[in-house]
Amino acid sequence: MGIGFSLLLIMALLLAVFFGAGVLGWHLLFGVVIPYAAATIFLFGIIYRVVKWGRAPIPFRIPTTCGQQKSLPWIKPSRIDNPSSAAGVIGRLALEVLLFRSLFRNTKAELRDGPRLAYHWEKWLWLGGLLFHWSFLTIFLRHLRFFTEPVPSFVSFIEGVDGFLRVGVQALYITDILILVAVTYLFWRRVVIPQVRYISLPADYFPLFLILSLAFSGVLMRYFFRVDVSAVKELTMGLVTFHPRIPEGIGVIFYIHLFFVSVLFVYFPYSKMMHLAGIFLSPTRNLANNSRACRHINPWNYPVKVHTYEEYEEEFRGKMREAGIPLEKECG
Amino acid sequence: MAFVPKPDELARIGHKPPRTGWMDTPVDFRRGTWCYAAKPKNLQALELPNPREWSPERADWKLPANWQEIILEGLRERLQRFRSLQIFMDICVRCGACADKCHYFIGSGDPKNMPVLRAELLRSVYRKNFTTAGKILGKMVGARDLSEDVLKEWFYYFFQCSECRRCSVFCPYGIDTAEITMIARELLNLVGCNIDWVAAPVANCFRTGNHLGLQPHAIKDMIEFAVEDIEKITGVKVEPTFNRKGAEILFVTPSGDLFADPGTYTLMGYLMLFHELGLDYTWSTYASDGGNFGLFTSHEMMKRLNAKIYAEARRLGVKWILGGECGHMWRVINQYMDTLNGPADFLEEPVSPITGTRFEHARTTKMVHITEFTADLIEQNKLNLAPERNEHCRVTFHDSCNPSRSMGLLEEPRYILKKVCRHFYEMPENTIREQTFCCGSGGGLNADENMEMRLRGGLPRANAVRYVHEKHGVNTLACICAIDRAALPPLMDYWVPGVEVSGVHELVGNALVMKGEKKRTSDLRGRPLPDPHTAFGGAIEE
Repeated sequence: MGIGFSLLLIMALLLAVFFGAGVLGWHLLFGVVIPYAAATIFLFGIIYRVVKWGRAPIPFRIPTTCGQQKSLPWIKPSRIDNPSSAAGVIGRLALEVLLFRSLFRNTKAELRDGPRLAYHWEKWLWLGGLLFHWSFLTIFLRHLRFFTEPVPSFVSFIEGVDGFLRVGVQALYITDILILVAVTYLFWRRVVIPQVRYISLPADYFPLFLILSLAFSGVLMRYFFRVDVSAVKELTMGLVTFHPRIPEGIGVIFYIHLFFVSVLFVYFPYSKMMHLAGIFLSPTRNLANNSRACRHINPWNYPVKVHTYEEYEEEFRGKMREAGIPLEKECG
Repeated sequence: MAFVPKPDELARIGHKPPRTGWMDTPVDFRRGTWCYAAKPKNLQALELPNPREWSPERADWKLPANWQEIILEGLRERLQRFRSLQIFMDICVRCGACADKCHYFIGSGDPKNMPVLRAELLRSVYRKNFTTAGKILGKMVGARDLSEDVLKEWFYYFFQCSECRRCSVFCPYGIDTAEITMIARELLNLVGCNIDWVAAPVANCFRTGNHLGLQPHAIKDMIEFAVEDIEKITGVKVEPTFNRKGAEILFVTPSGDLFADPGTYTLMGYLMLFHELGLDYTWSTYASDGGNFGLFTSHEMMKRLNAKIYAEARRLGVKWILGGECGHMWRVINQYMDTLNGPADFLEEPVSPITGTRFEHARTTKMVHITEFTADLIEQNKLNLAPERNEHCRVTFHDSCNPSRSMGLLEEPRYILKKVCRHFYEMPENTIREQTFCCGSGGGLNADENMEMRLRGGLPRANAVRYVHEKHGVNTLACICAIDRAALPPLMDYWVPGVEVSGVHELVGNALVMKGEKKRTSDLRGRPLPDPHTAFGGAIEE
């Protein structure tokens, strides 16, 4: 159900932009209005979500500790996996965000006859995820070429490294291939692994198809249906300098690509894609395991009903006296 | 006890999900896989809502008329109180990395035991009521109404999670199912849906200071039994004190150690060690349990039960607190106690009176784990040990969930074990340390009527023990948790017969050479020592 529905949705979006921009020629709508609206929703949506999270307190210090604690001086602590300082936490988050540390631990359990449990090497999800995210980031950074003048040297550098393979005179960006492969893999495993298929929602397939369509339209545009790059840059520079212009002669494939970006922008803040920001706020990863050394305050800590020693002694005084246990009040 | 199938029958586990989608698969309360409902007297003792006689098996759960309102309001309140809850509700991408990390999923094959799906049980209701997308798009984004069937599903599956946090080690965003389960159980408690195996200990603990409901004189009696046994075995008479003002140290341990084998052997180990050190310490009959089933009920209940420890430390005027071998107790102490009931500014930064070591890492909580304390003693050569007296024990170590994943107490117990035993073998690395598997009975689920699910959940742990049992002849499973000491023996008998369960300080007690002791002929369990000639060799002459 999820796959069909998501595919239909992507087809509908494709038809909309094809007719709107290609047949009806609504270039202003698809080239300026929708991108501006999408960017606004993206920006304010993310801020709204992060502020909403940020306003909720962290009542307790609940890091998941994945290594030795800092205790006795002669026992070597695991500074990253069980951080006791801010530096350790930064290290832990950096490893998590940049290298997907936790996902790297992944194994696959198998139950054999006996019963005998085996845990297999399983780094494909880690690898697929890592390739996808790094390719996406690289492609995103490469696209800064369209939004800057002059183009910063790091962008050219990334382009150079990414495009070291050549097909004729043209650079073949390795990340273009990797992102298509990685997203296809992420989709494939979602369908093929029964447990993952069972938990998958339309909200899981849709973003995969959307990103796949986005990447595919980009690849088509770059390698197959060439568009007028200088006209594209005129449009994109117009957008970022708030002097929007619609140059003539940009093919419909560009509007398709831009529309998918816009849809992604709109979808982003209201979806699971917010994990991009959420990972930084995850209390099991961004707190130090030092609550025995440094007091952590819960802003809403309220008094509760307890059973006091006086009440306890009141009930058991006779038995305590008989057993020779010291009392606060000898009689009563 | 419910009927339990034979091991080979139970081990036939299908991990393929059913044909029907999870939202359309109603929960089946099959005997042996759930715990009895909380009795009204226990809820009344704690002034918790909706006390009544009811059973999960019956159609009518006798919920209050406005139960949905109560739960949704409770959820709203908790979303405002816990950033963790908001984040964990919002950012899961359903990658499935957690799926086969849960011992209950591995042992049952029930897809709703995959941590991701367990969380979705709550997320679906959150989405429907608290997100725009969920309100508009419903099922497309995994949103659904809070119906009575959903509530029943919550009860079944949130009392089928032992809050072990193993999944959160593997989650790329650190989503912690324990946190989700804790909050879901809080919500269930708002409408009176708890299990009796949690509610009864909590009610006991509130009144008597310990889960077992031991009254002061009974506590003293039980410890004195252990004193007699120690005298029989070692010839040394240890002299514990109770509720003694002015002692330097208050010792708090789980009450399970006082009550039944094999925990009582661990108790003997503590008593012998403290006596040998001449430690100025006291037991308390009021703060007579460090364990805290409040953790399995609500954050508020955890605070209510935990308060007695600092209160008693203040009343007795001790300098600091030493804590015994217990799993979830140490999650509460390490991650919650000071925040809940501190500051403990009337105590001093813990310093070992024997070695002078300052326990700086416990400088605000002022509570030290006994394996930290003992590891320091051994490292500083303060104990005279005869590991030959554990010659008959081929030992492996089971990391309890909470000390490993909510604290990181990994090396201290291992260091001690390697010093007091001569044969120590690790289980496979995917099953120890931060990747350790639950005993299958944590989180308050150690009820007899839940035996089938406990044995299923304990399968991964038992299987790893079986591996070292077959490969190295391991016959002793050491642990630092009272729930383990209660739950692992039946688990071993079922899956790996021939393996005994032992506390770390039981093995310390065996090896500890005490001043003035007689020639030992048996270990703390009364088992004859294998070879008296080697058993009294070099260590004494050192």
